[in-house]
Amino acid sequence: MKYILMMNAPSGPYQIFSWKKEAIQAHVDYMMRLNKQLTEAGEMLAGEALTEPDQAILVKADDNRLPITDGVFPESKEFLAGFWIVEVESKARALAIAAEVSCAPGPDGKPLKMAVEVREVMTSCHSDQ
Amino acid sequence: MDETDPAANVERLLRELTPQALGIVARRFEDFSAAEDAVQEALIAAHAQWTTNPLPKHPLGWLVAVACRRMTDHIRSEVARRNRETDTYLDGPAVLAPDIYRVAIDEPDDTLLLLFMCCHPSLSTASAIALTLRAVGGLTTAEIASAFLVPASTMGQRISRAKETIKASNPPFRTPDESERASRLSAVLRVLYLIFNEGYAASSGSLVHRVDLSGEAIRLARKTHRLLPNNGEVAGLLALMLLTDARRSARAGKSGELIPLDEQDRSLWNQDLIREGKALVESSLRQGAVGEYSLQAAIAALHDEAPGTDETDWPQIHALYQVLYRISPSPMVALNRAIALAMADTPQAGLKELETLDSDPQLRHSHRLDAARAHLLERAGQIEAAITLYQAAAARTSNLPERNYLILRAAKLRSHVN
Repeated sequence: MKYILMMNAPSGPYQIFSWKKEAIQAHVDYMMRLNKQLTEAGEMLAGEALTEPDQAILVKADDNRLPITDGVFPESKEFLAGFWIVEVESKARALAIAAEVSCAPGPDGKPLKMAVEVREVMTSCHSDQ
Repeated sequence: MDETDPAANVERLLRELTPQALGIVARRFEDFSAAEDAVQEALIAAHAQWTTNPLPKHPLGWLVAVACRRMTDHIRSEVARRNRETDTYLDGPAVLAPDIYRVAIDEPDDTLLLLFMCCHPSLSTASAIALTLRAVGGLTTAEIASAFLVPASTMGQRISRAKETIKASNPPFRTPDESERASRLSAVLRVLYLIFNEGYAASSGSLVHRVDLSGEAIRLARKTHRLLPNNGEVAGLLALMLLTDARRSARAGKSGELIPLDEQDRSLWNQDLIREGKALVESSLRQGAVGEYSLQAAIAALHDEAPGTDETDWPQIHALYQVLYRISPSPMVALNRAIALAMADTPQAGLKELETLDSDPQLRHSHRLDAARAHLLERAGQIEAAITLYQAAAARTSNLPERNYLILRAAKLRSHVN
């Protein structure tokens, strides 16, 4: 079963930018260690961190199929900061990984307990049953 | 695959030779994990050389010689930690590997032993599948990775973890004892069936360039059947694969959309596979085998020989599902049994039987129960209720073609109602 784990951050510049050096280092180390574990477990399919929300561009097409660009919706409270796509034996395992992500250390070294949205990825395989 | 394509021929030969070479090397060095690595490297070297040069006189001997030398180097470098030599190994001596190693004609066929090893109970299902495809199927890590749509590095990790697990549990390289043989064989059959299903499920539209996993599973099942010709379940599994694969080209439309059994163009079904599958089922049932695979194969055979849904022998299918439920009671079998009852008797009878599954923890939250009920309600003429359940099922499935099929079915009914 494949799941996407979406880690959301509050809108605006990433707060990590204003953390102390040690806190940033601890956070980065934690994430790298987690990624390494997932890769070694054969569970990691993809994972990326995204640039800051204020760099986000919203695109719609005009009548000539050309892009009309806009800034981000000001009313959005949260933005996708990074994601993982994992292949796991059970939903419980996907939730456990999400909890690990959520526990990444914050400015004071304590777990941030960020909200991580977990969604099952659809397969395009045909099944007869 | 193109019969005249030299690269395809080399690939076919290498896959055939993989388990034999691995068996010989693993026996000789008594180290399955290291032998598996060594044989993989020999395969890669052989692939590079045999596609551009004439085949060696003794291809198996060549592979064994190269793999053994790789093993020796591995042992030597472990001791001396002289990694530089091994790194350049594939560019150098492998290409010059001589034909000197003669494999005796009476070398035992270790395919079965290797299958037992790769499907060891200490392994997770995903690991057992990957290891079986590499060690017995002779596929490369990259091929297996692309077949399962995962990155090659992830698949490589799965395989090396699987081998570490095997190493840690240290199973002897011999046939399991009589006491555990049946359960070990059933694990092997399950892995082969899962490989088949993975391939069959993916065999549509844009994914044709992937390694043909169902073809590979059929090849391995044939091989197992040759080694254990009197085992009814092995014959049953092979028959089930053939009888299912026979419907392959009818099961998806032009854009990959799912076509259910009752709407398939049955003239597209492969009659050769059906004949072969039916003969296998019949002989396996004559031998008195009533295992889960022979029963499922018998059901598949009844579908395959019917000219249409209405002419299908549903009473017999229902009876077979009853036997199947007795030996292997699972909610999915119960669900299929209810559908067969609905077809043999009335939709209402089937719906009544489905009610008993409402409390099943596995089915309660699955889309399958809703989808089955929707089909039976549609047959019973309760269109509004069918629409609701088709949509409920569509919201729950994680399978995209199935979701599309279910929402289209609901939309079709809505257009009739309005």
